[in-house]
Amino acid sequence: MDDAGTVIAFWVLSAATISSAAATAAVRNLIHAVVLLVVSFMGVAGLYITLSADFVAVTQILIYAGAISVLMVFAIVLTPRGERGNAEGFLRLPALLLAGLVAVTLIFVAVDTEWVISDRPGFQETASVIGEALLDRYVLPFEIASVLLLVAMLGAIVLVRPDSAMEDE
Amino acid sequence: MSVGLEHYLVVGAVLFAVGLYLALAKRNFVGVLMGIELMFNAVNLTFVSFSRFAESPNPLDGHVFVIFVITVSAAEAATALALAVLLYRVKDTISVDEIDMLRW
Repeated sequence: MDDAGTVIAFWVLSAATISSAAATAAVRNLIHAVVLLVVSFMGVAGLYITLSADFVAVTQILIYAGAISVLMVFAIVLTPRGERGNAEGFLRLPALLLAGLVAVTLIFVAVDTEWVISDRPGFQETASVIGEALLDRYVLPFEIASVLLLVAMLGAIVLVRPDSAMEDE
Repeated sequence: MSVGLEHYLVVGAVLFAVGLYLALAKRNFVGVLMGIELMFNAVNLTFVSFSRFAESPNPLDGHVFVIFVITVSAAEAATALALAVLLYRVKDTISVDEIDMLRW
């Protein structure tokens, strides 16, 4: 990918994504952390567009930046006496060390390996091909995913039903 | 200057490390969940960049995998946040340091 627009978009989007993800770890207010996480999700969606993955980019914005961040805000406001801070626990230094080691290892592998690169151009249309693959080769995982979503929905409803927590007492 | 596969893989690696740090170090249950979602995002970015650049007879299979990962992570987020609300009702806290009900 050599055209100037894609290169500039890649650098701007990756800088925004990584800096807002790091800011999610750094800020001390939990709501601010969720907002910065949404910025990071949008940056990843932009990176998907530079990779000509338009369907995945739209799904990313709908599910991550829309639904999951709203769920997180719900979980925060439904626990009013819980801790609102975003502080680290006693695992802070080991976690920092492990994350640094993982980053160094993954970057070394990514840069050092001789990947088999194809020189095909970007995808022209992705949504119809993904749809055909979902209903053809991947039809069994597709059906299992629908059952998984149903079970997760039922589980969430049963867990937060008002009487279920108090029955045992 | 052109952008290739390695650039996207490095971005994915850094995102994964930040998510790992969040998931391990944060004291708040929602903070831990944010780290897990960031790790899902890093893996999805790696899937999509391999799907764009790598040699393959079915290059769009990477996108199908990403759709499945997004589905599973949505189910996981809904269940985990329901658990957070339930935990708050029982223990009056969502700090992972104070969840020690399985310890004897």
